[in-house]
Amino acid sequence: MSPAQWDLPPELCCRPMAFVALTGLDVVYNAIHRAIWDAFCTNRRADRVPISFKVLPGDHEYPKCRTKRTSYEWYIPKGILKTGWMNKHLNLVPALVVLFYELDWDDPQWKEKQSECATKVEIVRTSLQGRNTKVAVVLIQKKTPLPPGEDLVASERASALCGACDLSGKSLFVLPHTDHLVGYIIRLENAFYEHAQTYYYNEIRRVKSHKEFLNKTTHQLLFVRHQFKMGFFSELKQDTQNALKYYRTAYSLVHELRAHETNMLEIKTMAGFINYKICRLCFQHNTPLDAIAQFRKHIDLCKKKIGSAELAFEHTAWMSKQFQSFGDLFDEAIKLGLTAIQTQNPGFYYQQAAYYAQERKQQAGQLCSHEPGVGYPAPDPLETPTGALDFYGQRPWRQGHQSIDPPDSEKEKQGILALQVKERDVLHSELIIALLSNAVAQFKKYKCPRMKSHLMVQMGEEYYHAKDYTKALKLLDYVMCDYRTERWWSLLTSILSTALKCSYLMGQVKDYITYSMELVGRGLLIVYKVDIVICDCQNEVPEPEPDCDPASVKMAQSLWSDRISLAGNNEFTIEVQDYVPFVQCKAKFLYPSFHIDEPVQLHVYVRADCPHPVRFSKLCVSLSNQEYNQYCLLEDASKEQDILEPSTQENMCLVPGKTRKYCFKFVAKTEDVGKKIEITSVGLMLGRETARYVYLNWRGGWGDAASSHETLQASRSFKRRTRLPEQQLDWDTVTIQSSTMIISRVPKISVQLTHEPPALTNEMYCMIVTIQSEEETVAKDIKLTAGLKPGQDANLTQSTQITLNGSEVCDDSHPALLPDIPLGDLQPGQKPLYIHCVSTGSRILLFHVAYSVSATVEGKDITCKCHKDETVTLETVVPFEVAMKFVSSKFEHLERVFVDIPFLLMMDILSASPWPIELVNSEVQLASSMTAIDQPQSQVEGVTLQTSECASECFLLKCPPVQNGTSTVASGHYFISWKRKSAFAETSVVRTIVILPHVMVENIPLYVHAELPSFGRVRESLPVRYHLENRTGLVQDVEIGVEPSDAFMFSGLKQVRMRILPGTEQEMLYNFYPLMAGYQVLPQLNISLLRFPNISGQLLRRFLPSRIFVKRCHGYRCRMKGFHLIICCLDCCLSNKAKMMLA
Amino acid sequence: MAVCIAVIAKENYPLYIRSVPTQGELKFHYTVHTSLDVVEEKISGVGKALADQRELYLGLLYPTEDYKVYGYVTNSKVKFVIVVDSSNTSLRDNEIRSMFRKLHNSFTDVMCNPFYNPGDPIQSKAFDSIVSTMMVQAC
Repeated sequence: MSPAQWDLPPELCCRPMAFVALTGLDVVYNAIHRAIWDAFCTNRRADRVPISFKVLPGDHEYPKCRTKRTSYEWYIPKGILKTGWMNKHLNLVPALVVLFYELDWDDPQWKEKQSECATKVEIVRTSLQGRNTKVAVVLIQKKTPLPPGEDLVASERASALCGACDLSGKSLFVLPHTDHLVGYIIRLENAFYEHAQTYYYNEIRRVKSHKEFLNKTTHQLLFVRHQFKMGFFSELKQDTQNALKYYRTAYSLVHELRAHETNMLEIKTMAGFINYKICRLCFQHNTPLDAIAQFRKHIDLCKKKIGSAELAFEHTAWMSKQFQSFGDLFDEAIKLGLTAIQTQNPGFYYQQAAYYAQERKQQAGQLCSHEPGVGYPAPDPLETPTGALDFYGQRPWRQGHQSIDPPDSEKEKQGILALQVKERDVLHSELIIALLSNAVAQFKKYKCPRMKSHLMVQMGEEYYHAKDYTKALKLLDYVMCDYRTERWWSLLTSILSTALKCSYLMGQVKDYITYSMELVGRGLLIVYKVDIVICDCQNEVPEPEPDCDPASVKMAQSLWSDRISLAGNNEFTIEVQDYVPFVQCKAKFLYPSFHIDEPVQLHVYVRADCPHPVRFSKLCVSLSNQEYNQYCLLEDASKEQDILEPSTQENMCLVPGKTRKYCFKFVAKTEDVGKKIEITSVGLMLGRETARYVYLNWRGGWGDAASSHETLQASRSFKRRTRLPEQQLDWDTVTIQSSTMIISRVPKISVQLTHEPPALTNEMYCMIVTIQSEEETVAKDIKLTAGLKPGQDANLTQSTQITLNGSEVCDDSHPALLPDIPLGDLQPGQKPLYIHCVSTGSRILLFHVAYSVSATVEGKDITCKCHKDETVTLETVVPFEVAMKFVSSKFEHLERVFVDIPFLLMMDILSASPWPIELVNSEVQLASSMTAIDQPQSQVEGVTLQTSECASECFLLKCPPVQNGTSTVASGHYFISWKRKSAFAETSVVRTIVILPHVMVENIPLYVHAELPSFGRVRESLPVRYHLENRTGLVQDVEIGVEPSDAFMFSGLKQVRMRILPGTEQEMLYNFYPLMAGYQVLPQLNISLLRFPNISGQLLRRFLPSRIFVKRCHGYRCRMKGFHLIICCLDCCLSNKAKMMLA
Repeated sequence: MAVCIAVIAKENYPLYIRSVPTQGELKFHYTVHTSLDVVEEKISGVGKALADQRELYLGLLYPTEDYKVYGYVTNSKVKFVIVVDSSNTSLRDNEIRSMFRKLHNSFTDVMCNPFYNPGDPIQSKAFDSIVSTMMVQAC
């Protein structure tokens, strides 16, 4: 039996459409007919009615209709459904036959044509004898018809034609052959479709009417048959809802049939058909859950209906097909817009189909393994007279037989044998692989990577069974990596064993070695052939794997010997990071950095996990600078010796479970100072160079596919790191150091900085760098770089200047960093350095001393460049603060100064420096708006200020008249020359400029000043003269009054009103007579200017003394002398006039 | 009763897996492994919406012809998978839940053991015996 036997018939799988036959069309020779036919059959989109058209000759013989049965009483059905039935109604028996006939209403030979047409209709009717098929006539006309009712000839002739042909008016159509052909055709189609539906409706009723004649005992099969037919007709009628109903009834009826071994196949076949129809319609109705539920029910019902045990494979084949076709339906529905989910997608059905296919293969293997002598039975029992079966699912050798026991047991045996022999030739693997790959595609779509991998493994195994080792290996290799990264060792082991067999049978040496290495390695559950690798390295044919096909083994052996005899390809490099081999390796530098004058040390730890000792012949480390590789090489000296023989080189043998350490040492090159040396890989060679050998290559010096996880676990582990005996190491404690830095030699010099922090702003700050060599040999080419450490605030760079010359103050042209000051060969010495810091704040200064010296490392002379960096953080502070204020001659604070009236400018210099400061000089440079009254001369020259001491000086100044009443004027600059007073180094004088504040200058209309002695005496007359000076160009009225006082009696004008002419001065004389001793308030002089009411007496009183010291009588003067002196001292800055007065 | 019980680490490698010895052990390993697809999908789907009040029990992962596979995820993303025979229809959802709870409790005990290193295969006898009570008794 061909595998196609299990395929569903195409007429079942297609969508049934009403069948309409067209006759009377000559599509070959007649262009008009051709066009009509094309319009019918091309461009059949979904919006057109579902009809399948066929052109048949007018005298076509339709299938004969059997005489109608009047009674079912003696009728015993032979099977459920005839094989030809569906095809008959889809393609052979039309629902409607349409006769095309060329005839115009005004045809001259109307009569003749009419009778010819009637004859043709009659012929069609005869050939449809007994069928309910409708007949319709279409007249092809050249003229466009008039609207109905207008053409009287036409309607008359139409009814005549209908009468002649025995047609109803509804069955006569006119097709004008004009421009709008397609439009007419579509209208015709719709009319045909209605006729067809009526036909199928009648057919359903006809089948339904049989039911009353049937009885349950003998006609069970007919119940099913009729329901199925009704369902099918409903589908033709496009009534899918009812079709589904009929099919569901049919399905339940089919399971009510008495099932026994002989008819099991028929029942299952029909159940499968009906199930297919139901599922298909459910998907079509967009009720996928119904479809799935129906399918589950179907499988549950049929799973146990195995039928004949000798033909068990038939059942599994059938099951497989059920799942496959459901998967196809599901997939098709998805393509039409259904959404599937991860746990419910066609993949599961394909997978199950594959599972049954595997089962079938296994059963076939058991049931069909006949002895070689048994051949195909001679009269072929599967042969039928017609070449096909009459009923679906029946045995060819006993068709139509419905009793429980087979009629002929001998024939039965022959038949079963024939089936078994046929089954033997089926290519099961192909079927399985096709199903699996279908499933893989589905699971890929629905995000099931693991399911996909699993199925790919199955595919690989199936390919292996099918002896397609290349494909098997490709698939297995592809998924192996997934299982390895997921660490499912049990599964990986099984895959590896299959892969190993494949690679053996193909003679793939490298794959064979790789797989066997991994199988021996850690993590895997089985202990594999121990010395497989060692054997392999002997360049011999390995032992065949167990459970291999003997024929294939033979082939493989010859393949292997061919490979071996070939020279050359005997070297294999295995990158271990993709595998889990049986040797582990960790390489590390002893330290993260090495000085150039000491040897670089490198340790390689190697450990074997296989159950037996392993010998290797070479261990090499490659580093990022390949020049060092030659120093990191361990080779078997006894090259020619047999590797299996115990050698004296115990070193090269790895004992299982023990860690071995190999140390390498080399001297780095001086060019590599400041560079990184990395371990790019570690290679371990197994085998001999003379024969086959394998390089295990650890990229980066350690790690395979499993190590990162193991490291993590080890780090979590609670296990104490117990001290192992000497020479043994705990593997997990070995940490990785895969790169090291070569750094320059430790300098043996000392750099000392002598200075006195903090620096003062603007000062030339001196730092002395002392370099002292402690080297054993001469330190050459010493270079000093000093200055601001790069990478700080940019403002600092601009406000810091460095020079070697301390005698003059730096300006902006000096750099912030002085590079490479050559100092020559070292003589211990000092280097003064001056730093000019313009702004305050801290800054980091860098002193970099570089030199070279020769050294000897491991017997090699090298010139080492050394350097030493010294940094210092320098704080810069302001040396002093200058405070300025304007005061009146009475030392009262002035908001504004008055024209021509002298005032004082006072400076306070407050030292903020922690070091003493010497003020060398100071100077006031006045602006044009101010004049000094006397020669301004520095009063602080040569003063030394300690921390927080203050020096003050003052200058007597006057403002010339200003233009308009009030204005703000600049005062000028104040220069202070100073230097740090230090015993440490000679410092230069710094000139600091302070800008004097602006001040408001104001004119006043009246100036008042008093002339009075410096002191009075109790009960002695005290003459006081007030001068009132009119400074305006106007005559002024002035009112003057003197208020009485307790301390004085006085004589003079108490209250007076007078006029002062412009530019003149009025004098007022009073004689005060003090009554009390001590510091007394003078009687207050009230002046009011009538012309300038805004000039208050208060303002004018500022110019007048308010108090005076009154002495006692002559006997008491000594005690007060001190006061008197102070006043004198204060007054020294008064105007010359005042001075004179005092004198 | 279960035919296979497995504990899967957060990184999806097996910590413990036991199946009835009568049937192919490898088949169960594959079943458990493939079921992780669904577990992963369920975790990632739920994780976004209701991370806190996530139900640990994932329910039926997927039905095969012969077995039903149930899943359970602890808060630390350790997965439990229980495979039961499809023919065993007497087993209700509640019973499966209680099996998982028992398993979870026992697993917590294992984790509490200071000598157990999280991430290592489980070799606890107590855990083993709990699993044994849940397995189909092999004749």
